[in-house]
Amino acid sequence: MNLSHSNPVTLPAGRDVRGKLSRDDVIMRGGMIVIALYLVVTLAFPLYAMLSKSFSTFRFELAQYEFQVSDEAGVFDGTILNGAQLNQSTGAYSGGDLAAGSDSRLAVTPFFPDFSFRSPVQYQIRNASDTGRFLVGSDLYDDTDWLTLDSNTFRRVQLRPVKSRGIDNFVNYFSTPALFNSIKNSLWIAVVSTIVTVTLAFWFAYALNRSCMRFKGLFRLVAMAPILVPSLLPGIALVYLFGNQGMLKELLFGASIYGPIGIVIGSVFFTFPHAFLIISTALAISDARLYEAAISLRATPWRTFWTVTIPGARYGLISAAFVVFNLVITDFGLPKVIGGQFNVLAVDIYKQVIGQQNFEMGAVVSVVLVVPAILAFAIDRLVQSKQVALLSARSVPYQPTPNPRVDRIFLAYSTLVALFIVGILAVCQFAALIKFWPYDLNLSLNNYAFDKMDGGGWASYFNSIKLGLLTAVIGTSVVFFGAYLVEKSNGFKVGRALFQMFAMLPMAIPGMVLGLAYIFFFNNPANPLNPIYGTMAILVICTVTHFYTVSHLTAVTALKQMDREFESVSSSLKQPTMKLFARVTVPVCLPAVLDISIYLFVNAMTTVSAVVFLYSPKTTLASVAVLNMDDAGDIAPAAAMGMMIFYTNAVARILHLIASKGVLARTQAWRNR
Amino acid sequence: MTNSKKMLALLLSGTLLAGPLAAETELTVYTAVEAEDLARYAETFNAQHPDIKINWVRDSTGIITAKLLAERDNPQADVVWGLAATSLLLLKSEGMLEAYAPAGVDLLDKKFVDSSTPPAWVGMDAWVAAVCYNTVEAEKAGLTPPTSWKDLADPKYKGHVIMPNPNSSGTGFLDVSSWLQLFGEEGGWAYMDALHENIARYTHSGSKPCKLAASGEIPIGISFAFRGAKSKAAGAPLEIIVPSEGVGWDMEATAIVAGTDDLEAAKTLVDFSITKEANEMYNTGYAVVAMPGVAKPVEYFPEGLLEAMIDNDFEFAANNRAAILKEWQARYDSKSEPKG
Amino acid sequence: MIDTPAAAAPYLNIESLWKAFGDFLALKDISLNIKEGEFVCFLGPSGCGKTTLLRAIAGLDLQTRGRVMQDGRDVSNLPPSERDFGIVFQSYALFPNLTIEKNIAFGLENTGRNKAEITARVAELLQLVGLPEQGRKYPAQLSGGQQQRIALARAIATNPGLLLLDEPLSALDAKVRVHLRHEIKELQRQLGVTTVMVTHDQEEALAMADRIVVMNQGVIEQVGSPTEIYREPANLFVADFIGEMNQISALAGPSGVVRIGESDMQARPHAFQPGAAIIAAIRPEDVIPHGKGARSPGAPDRIKSPENAFEVLVDEMEFLGSFWRCRLQNERFGGGELIADFSINAVRRLELAAGTQMMIELPRNRLMAFARSEYGA
Repeated sequence: MNLSHSNPVTLPAGRDVRGKLSRDDVIMRGGMIVIALYLVVTLAFPLYAMLSKSFSTFRFELAQYEFQVSDEAGVFDGTILNGAQLNQSTGAYSGGDLAAGSDSRLAVTPFFPDFSFRSPVQYQIRNASDTGRFLVGSDLYDDTDWLTLDSNTFRRVQLRPVKSRGIDNFVNYFSTPALFNSIKNSLWIAVVSTIVTVTLAFWFAYALNRSCMRFKGLFRLVAMAPILVPSLLPGIALVYLFGNQGMLKELLFGASIYGPIGIVIGSVFFTFPHAFLIISTALAISDARLYEAAISLRATPWRTFWTVTIPGARYGLISAAFVVFNLVITDFGLPKVIGGQFNVLAVDIYKQVIGQQNFEMGAVVSVVLVVPAILAFAIDRLVQSKQVALLSARSVPYQPTPNPRVDRIFLAYSTLVALFIVGILAVCQFAALIKFWPYDLNLSLNNYAFDKMDGGGWASYFNSIKLGLLTAVIGTSVVFFGAYLVEKSNGFKVGRALFQMFAMLPMAIPGMVLGLAYIFFFNNPANPLNPIYGTMAILVICTVTHFYTVSHLTAVTALKQMDREFESVSSSLKQPTMKLFARVTVPVCLPAVLDISIYLFVNAMTTVSAVVFLYSPKTTLASVAVLNMDDAGDIAPAAAMGMMIFYTNAVARILHLIASKGVLARTQAWRNR
Repeated sequence: MTNSKKMLALLLSGTLLAGPLAAETELTVYTAVEAEDLARYAETFNAQHPDIKINWVRDSTGIITAKLLAERDNPQADVVWGLAATSLLLLKSEGMLEAYAPAGVDLLDKKFVDSSTPPAWVGMDAWVAAVCYNTVEAEKAGLTPPTSWKDLADPKYKGHVIMPNPNSSGTGFLDVSSWLQLFGEEGGWAYMDALHENIARYTHSGSKPCKLAASGEIPIGISFAFRGAKSKAAGAPLEIIVPSEGVGWDMEATAIVAGTDDLEAAKTLVDFSITKEANEMYNTGYAVVAMPGVAKPVEYFPEGLLEAMIDNDFEFAANNRAAILKEWQARYDSKSEPKG
Repeated sequence: MIDTPAAAAPYLNIESLWKAFGDFLALKDISLNIKEGEFVCFLGPSGCGKTTLLRAIAGLDLQTRGRVMQDGRDVSNLPPSERDFGIVFQSYALFPNLTIEKNIAFGLENTGRNKAEITARVAELLQLVGLPEQGRKYPAQLSGGQQQRIALARAIATNPGLLLLDEPLSALDAKVRVHLRHEIKELQRQLGVTTVMVTHDQEEALAMADRIVVMNQGVIEQVGSPTEIYREPANLFVADFIGEMNQISALAGPSGVVRIGESDMQARPHAFQPGAAIIAAIRPEDVIPHGKGARSPGAPDRIKSPENAFEVLVDEMEFLGSFWRCRLQNERFGGGELIADFSINAVRRLELAAGTQMMIELPRNRLMAFARSEYGA
């Protein structure tokens, strides 16, 4: 005990001092609430609508139908028979038969064991309540008037189900092997693709970081190329390479490319850059001193590899694995194109919704798909936060020393990987220019006559560019401003924590699920936002939300590097925070702002999963056109459109590079001492 | 620098110009008609009615049907022009169609008009199943051309046949419904069980099997005659086979969606859809059209196709659609690969 | 101007300030008055609450309880923008993408000044901080010391009533730090602006402050002028934290007497009960060295209080430039040693060397008694 102080050591009772809000505080909190609301409306509400839809079911309510049967002379005695009672007495339908889909029908003749369509007996039927509906042939009756029918017509009566709520859909899902087998398939594909991709990417990154081979810059460039194309493009290339008319068909020894093999090869292609980037970063930060220690201990290279290299890169490897796993399990375009009869969850959602418009089952599959996606995402976040700690440790960067033999092996390996990537793209471009594979190998531009095909023609290409530009401009503004508000505003801890959580959520939600959720939420006439359904606006909103998290994290990282006291200085000088934002924050963070823009643009150009549910005839998109043209059998035009996306993104990237350099030179002169 | 600026300007102007110029009236028309014909249909219509702009929503039959059903409470379409009658019957049973007797409906073959008065839909043309057979690839695989549906179930064709998934494709559904009508319920499913053994995979759209056959990706594609004729005309080594038991068919038809914002324009479009010009227009691809006496033989169409068309029970098809599809899915969609 | 009469109302009045971070109390019942024009330093080890107190004064992090009055106005719950202060941070917080001129002009915009006035004011400020030619450069092109001067110019551009300095010199190297110390003090004297500076460096506080507020664990240990704090530390913590202090376990005698080892010594008056365990403390430079004959009444360095004088062994001597630091041993210190700083003159005059015996005296007005506390030995 401190005898020298007589001060009390507990906080006196009373209310905490509450700060008066400055105009800036009000503006910033207001802005934060607006953007948080945006996330609630574009993410939380739709997801809730989807969850609610998964519990929406249809049932035949027999109690709401009433019948009368005449004698042979056609005279009714006034006895009214209720459908439910009839079913009980005859046992015509079991409980399971009464669970229905939205377009189910139920015949009524089984209620009458004596029924014969040749009999002169007459029947009367009516709805006992306003919600009842039945058909005679294909004519709908939904009023409560009695309808008299002869026997021959009465057999054409079909009851219609009514809406209900319950877990029937989930029961149905898990009792239909056709559906729940997909869980196994999806996991299997994702695990195999993850192992293959991470292994390939690790050695590629290792070659680039730890060897002295040549052409590293070129390899780095090639490795990033798959990011510029839709995930389904490798599927198209694989058809040309390994399909029944494929150039390299023999390499498969009779196995079919349509199925798991095709999905895995294609997944490796489109997830490679993601894995490579993460692992490369992890390898780049490892500590040279550990290697020096290993050499001084005379450890063999093999032992050094397992005791130094792998542990040093472990967080990168784990993180890459989960990112790849997530990308593969949520991807829809590739299995759609090359999956054949191999059903996976993401395609099931599409088939349920687009094929059968069974929205309820689509919602159920979505709920099922969200589970592994969120798990993988959560583990990845956990691992990444650990890696940050590793990054901040002080270490000496490793400098590789030339070793001609090893360098040659790595060069050969990297060349193989690069050839795989370039080869896939080259095959697509080649296919696009061939007149009629494999019977007419003359070159032609016929496959670029998109207007004659499904998918929306050239308009879809320009729509995609429009979507890309709008997403980049609007998305960057919203994301960066949002990140600024949440990073730099004072107090309001609960609000800021909530905002951060909302900003992380989109990454865990697969695109298919988001798109489907949007249908449920926005295509509801009772929703005041209904008018944006079917417009470019909903595509922009959906794309911004879909890619919010990575953009947000980029912005937050850049903002964290800004001095925490800029805002304090500015407010002590009685200057509005928005002035500081415009004059200092944005210019200093311009490189990050440009990075976010190009990220959003490229993704808007290539995304299929979310927008496939949301485009309308006026807003067809190039990436969806690739899918639809492939779907209709126009594979070469699909390849052509896919390559148009590639070139557009490549040009955008080059423009981004030029712009970044220009911006740096002009507005960031301060960086050059 | 100037170059990149130009490029940017080009991109921007392209984006702006891509927006359509507004016509006085716009109709959202849902259709399953082949994409390459849509422009021609719109052009012919606009020659007479330049003030009505058509916004097409085109997809395969199953999708358009399902889309319409899903939008039951909030219809986005004004008119359905070119959708299977089976599908329109479903829409009718949902009370989604605006009954309307278009001017000149009496001139059409009664088979092509809905039985209600006024009719809920009017037919355009018939669309007939057929088998596309790639002679080059079949020879490589040592196959002989099948002549009947039963032939196709022969084990020698194992892995050499592709057909559309009836869940998404109208062609696929009419095949399945015709087999159930031809062979009876039990016989039909037994036949499909056998055929399933031969199927390499089921496609999403009905035209894809024929396109795949045309490109040699598969020797035999179960598709429809019109698609086969087109691919043949484009130079594909195809033979179009009409199975001897008879072939399923459906008609394409037109209807007004109840609750359309622009009933007058919708009526104008439906009126046009049954005119002689329209029927001549349909005849480019379809051998059978709704107006008697208009049809001329279509190039590359197989012989004896009209005679092979079965006596189709549309009501059976429409009212049992859900049950048939459920059964089909349970039997054939469950396996990741054809069982063997 | 500096020494405002004590009667004048305080410019800054802090009343019973508390700050809680969850269960942790960072400030416990802090009350403090600061006069207009005063230069006050908050001094203390890291985590003592000095920066928390500064941020509460600025409104950057509000206190949990208590009031802050500035110039007669209750600013307790006002946001920073509605208070009247300029602030300089350890990190300078200069806007990296704006030139020096624009940085300084930042606060002058939107204040009713026209462009010419702003330009003139910026030039004047640059002159004031001694960097008249640097206006067009970017912050990264200046040295750390120069950047901190720009930050200072920016903070005083609008003539705030209060200048807050949060460890402004900590990021600079030693030489620049000493130089800038004087410049800031000089500038503050010229402008007469009430200034609060947070520092953990006692030398800095002693050199710059009119008054020092010594803080520890969320409470104020002592407030006083540098000489008061140094000469009259209120407790062992202050005594120990500022300057060097010999600490000897002792027992209290009656007021003015402490018992070290076996002998009673004259000391400053104290309020301890006789027999209480205390710490007797004396600064090394206060130990007086004596020659052999100092006990004789006629000696020139006559011992003033003989009971405070005794013989010690010079164990070690360390030459520190302007004085000798000597470690002295005597059984009274319980095996410990006494550190004394002797002038070069004295060492030469007394012919001191390691291993020799000598006589020292602990002057009674410099020998202090403190309670033994958690801080002490």
